[in-house]
Amino acid sequence: MPEAMLELKNVVVRYGGIEAVRGISINVSQGEFLTLIGGNGAGKSTTLRTISGVKKLAEGEIYFEGERIDALPSHEIVEMGLSQVPEGRHIFPRMSVRENLSMGAFSRKGGKALSEDFDRVFELFAVLKEREKQMGGTLSGGEQQMLAVGRALMSHPRLLMLDEPSMGLAPLFVEKIFDLLRKVHEQGTTILLVEQNAQVALQIADRGYVLETGEIVLEDDADKLLTNDQVRKAYLGEG
Amino acid sequence: MEFFSNFVDQFWPQTRNGLTLGSIYAMIALGYTMVYGVLQLINFAHSEVFMVSTFTTLFAYRDWFNVVAPASGVGLLVLLMGGLIPAMIFSAVLAVLIERFAYRPLRKRGAPRLSFLISAIGASFFIQYLFVLMDGQHSLIFFDLPNIAGPSPQTVPTVMETSTVFTVFDTPFSNKRVIVILAAALMLFVLDRFVRQTKMGRGIRAVAQDAEAASMMGVDINRVIVVTFAVGGLMAGAAGFLYILVLGVPAFWFIGFLPGIKAFTAAVLGGIGNIRGAMVGGLLLGLVEAYSVPLFGAEWTDVTAFVVLVLVLLFRPTGIMGEEVGS
Repeated sequence: MPEAMLELKNVVVRYGGIEAVRGISINVSQGEFLTLIGGNGAGKSTTLRTISGVKKLAEGEIYFEGERIDALPSHEIVEMGLSQVPEGRHIFPRMSVRENLSMGAFSRKGGKALSEDFDRVFELFAVLKEREKQMGGTLSGGEQQMLAVGRALMSHPRLLMLDEPSMGLAPLFVEKIFDLLRKVHEQGTTILLVEQNAQVALQIADRGYVLETGEIVLEDDADKLLTNDQVRKAYLGEG
Repeated sequence: MEFFSNFVDQFWPQTRNGLTLGSIYAMIALGYTMVYGVLQLINFAHSEVFMVSTFTTLFAYRDWFNVVAPASGVGLLVLLMGGLIPAMIFSAVLAVLIERFAYRPLRKRGAPRLSFLISAIGASFFIQYLFVLMDGQHSLIFFDLPNIAGPSPQTVPTVMETSTVFTVFDTPFSNKRVIVILAAALMLFVLDRFVRQTKMGRGIRAVAQDAEAASMMGVDINRVIVVTFAVGGLMAGAAGFLYILVLGVPAFWFIGFLPGIKAFTAAVLGGIGNIRGAMVGGLLLGLVEAYSVPLFGAEWTDVTAFVVLVLVLLFRPTGIMGEEVGS
């Protein structure tokens, strides 16, 4: 087995005295589309925030391409090629769409490549091109989500992490976003997707982890998880 | 109607005075509003950042340049720059030190907001009393404190003779006022461009709008905070220098208090966190104060300033331009 691109080893994260993540280990391989599913409060977002360095872990280690990153400040982690689309989108409300996108490229240097990146994002998300000069805060939820994904792509991530991109979106938009993710993945970006919507997540992903109250309870190929009784009962509303 | 005719008679001269003082308030107000933007904190020690620049001006003219008489021509230009630049630098350094020692340790530990407020007030007193005690007449247990300021107040040597440059509406504009207004306008313009058009400026706005998202975009939050304090310090430093230049007041340890609290008022008046709001609020406060002189008498200017603040906030709680952090 090749060396993992991202590797979490026995990661424990606490908020005050409460253990939100209790010693989880996760591997993401180069080129993979991995999903992390689980209910509300399972620790999914905490896991992503910890990988990004926004939240510091209490125990354990995190490696990205063989380098230990758990003590690094988040801006250095982004510079290494690990980008996150945060839960709730976190668009800069009083910046234009274009400025929001250029924030995504904040950690990069060089001007020429930048205009190519704008083109690439505008090609993926035509609606953003139409709204280029509009303030981020005035976009609809779906458009904001596209902007959030586009913004993350501006940093040329080798690993793109998404936290609940389907949250609060109409089914049509959810479909759109996932189509785009498939495209981005096909273009060579490794993806780690956190979702409460297990159905769509498992349909698109190669492999998945199931997180319950801060612990990994299952890990398998996505299609096997889709037919797993335990998963079907708990997350797919069946049985 | 003496009250009213006074006001009409003095309208233009007071407009001139208001613009002069208002541009100084605006420059100080920027420091409050920008720091509030990135940290949601009122840096009450900012008035000491202003105070230090008046002392820097004093040192520059009294000790470094040994100014004994007003200069003119190139010599004057050198003196103006020789006062302004160190004043800006020392103030920026102090602002960064305040961030480093009064706020960063609290930030690292995730201290509650109230702790920052106490720390701000503590830093303000600490710096003020440092300037009281370092007058060559005090000692701390075993060693004598250095004499950095001499007993306050200390008269700053005059570098420039006052003369009238032009007259509009029968109102003469002195060379000093022209310098203050032009310098302030230039610096406010540069700052506005910096915040809107440079990468660092974009980083500052991003942190103000959503700090966590900014860090996920690769913005180094600590660096942005340091730059914000430094820029606020540069502005307050220039303001202190201009204040001394135009008013000819002596440097003393308490000099920052009133301009500081007024500038804070101006920032709130304009909409705290809003950079253009701070500029508008500063000018407006300067004008209100100036107009209150013929209306109510000079002794009522401070009262008028705060009454106006209360009135504006009653009707527009978020200030004139709105509380738009980071826009």
